[in-house]
Amino acid sequence: MLNIMVLVKLVPDVVEELEIASDGRSLDPASVRLILNERDEHALEEALLLKERHGGTVTVVALDVPEVDDVLFTALAKGADRAVKISGVEAGLSTWAIAGALAKALTSSGLVPVDLILTGVQAIDDLDGQTGPIVARLLELPYVGMVCRVEVDVEAHKAVVIREYAGGVTGTFEVSLPAVLGIQSAEKPPRYVPVAKVRAAMKTQQLESVPVPGQGESSSVEILQMAKLEVTGGAVMLEGSPEEIAERIWDLLKERGLV
Amino acid sequence: MAGEIWVLVEQWRGRVSDVTYEVLALGREVSAATGASLQAVLLGSDVKDLLPTLGAADGVLVTEHPTLGEPVSEIWALALAQLVERHQPLVLLIPQTNVTMEIGSLLATRLRLPFVNFCRDIQVTDKRLVARCLLYGGKVEATVAPQTPAVLGVLPGVRPQEQGRAERTPTVTAISLDLPAEPPVRFKGYTEPPPGDVDITRENILVAVGRGIQRPENVALAEELAAALGGAVCGSRPVIDQGWLPPSRQVGTSGMIVKPQLYLALGISGAPEHVQGMKDAALIIAINTDPRAPIFSVAHYGAVVDALEVLPVLTEIARSRRRVA
Repeated sequence: MLNIMVLVKLVPDVVEELEIASDGRSLDPASVRLILNERDEHALEEALLLKERHGGTVTVVALDVPEVDDVLFTALAKGADRAVKISGVEAGLSTWAIAGALAKALTSSGLVPVDLILTGVQAIDDLDGQTGPIVARLLELPYVGMVCRVEVDVEAHKAVVIREYAGGVTGTFEVSLPAVLGIQSAEKPPRYVPVAKVRAAMKTQQLESVPVPGQGESSSVEILQMAKLEVTGGAVMLEGSPEEIAERIWDLLKERGLV
Repeated sequence: MAGEIWVLVEQWRGRVSDVTYEVLALGREVSAATGASLQAVLLGSDVKDLLPTLGAADGVLVTEHPTLGEPVSEIWALALAQLVERHQPLVLLIPQTNVTMEIGSLLATRLRLPFVNFCRDIQVTDKRLVARCLLYGGKVEATVAPQTPAVLGVLPGVRPQEQGRAERTPTVTAISLDLPAEPPVRFKGYTEPPPGDVDITRENILVAVGRGIQRPENVALAEELAAALGGAVCGSRPVIDQGWLPPSRQVGTSGMIVKPQLYLALGISGAPEHVQGMKDAALIIAINTDPRAPIFSVAHYGAVVDALEVLPVLTEIARSRRRVA
């Protein structure tokens, strides 16, 4: 039996055109559609795979932000047992503040200890730290990141994890449990769950809510300015129909003797 | 601003990673702007041979210990915490790669210091440390000022590595630390990648597919184009995560670094971790529906169009004209 917690975070969907707010230091909320951090989706998948293998429970935890209900009900529909919203946090763009609030709420509410805490190794808005290592330190648990496979020895209360390096090289580490793991990719692509099943979860299951006690942490990294990055470097843009563009590309390859 | 400028040396499997020299070059600039000395921090079990490669620094702080032999972040962060507490540097710059990814967060949390992630440049402005950071997959840049002392994670490519290489032996200070013999995270060994069907680092022509390829069936279209051009197919992280291509075909910091004659990027947005793996290709042509995709900043030629519309046409041209030629 394994009790696993998955910490997830919502991040702006970068497929949408992000706009800077009038303060010049943050994103215009009207331009932001929040989605589940891709690495967190892998962390959830790995947790569900481990539950299938060893039995136990999966508890998904996220800050209470707009659109979080959809993400949590989707996790329940995929097979998570509990979904918890942490409320009362104004973290802004600070992973330090988010992770600090999570660690505090997990302790005060008795949601920890668990055997394993999984989270995505990083997120595209991790300006002042990554959730996994910060939570691990605050809870005084060991941490391994860039993990792409987890094998748990429940009896011995330890895990063997595979970490990704460059060039396809992997490293094997043994870690005592409980531990926090930063997941880079799950062993399998994250499972798909039909909308009907999510709707069913919305009807039959409940989200829990836990407030953060006391004052939150604030970041000691001040944001002076935020700007959209213009495309630079002067790529020559090819115009025209797909056929004309294909012709231009063919000419470029011929000019360079590549074909 | 008091205190030295420190750069953590990323040494992995017996050699200093190139990114270390890039960050040393940046550290040299910060050192000049603050008037503080530049120190390289070298951790390992037997690393004295590496000292002469770190001549760009004024000095090297060396800690050798059996448990520092492999970069177990928990232990490296613990060692760095002891060094920082003892010597009080102004700034610690950490090259940010898969090897060192979480060291900054672990260390900063231990010492309750500010940490700044994803730095692409650092300057000293009005006696303040100001960093420019890449957010949202390379689409937005945040300019930030951390309180000091601070720990900063620096992205690869911040300066040319040649600027951080110098043929001279720096002053060496050996520091011994008290580290646990049986840490909670234990390194067991490395595994080389299984031999893939194709070694994409040896291909002259790469047809690269990303999320914009939309469906696994469309990878076959890219395979057909690669075959017609005499090259191979590779992909960015999302395509590998979906299982549409094997890990041996992944380009980026977690995958392969490639330098082909042609890199044809189809439906790839160009997140920083991907760009690191292909930016040195001789000719980069990118096709993406998003005109703001960061891939166009690194491409030589680009087209804002659905790659799936160009793909079959280009395959047909390649098939018919190569045959004629």
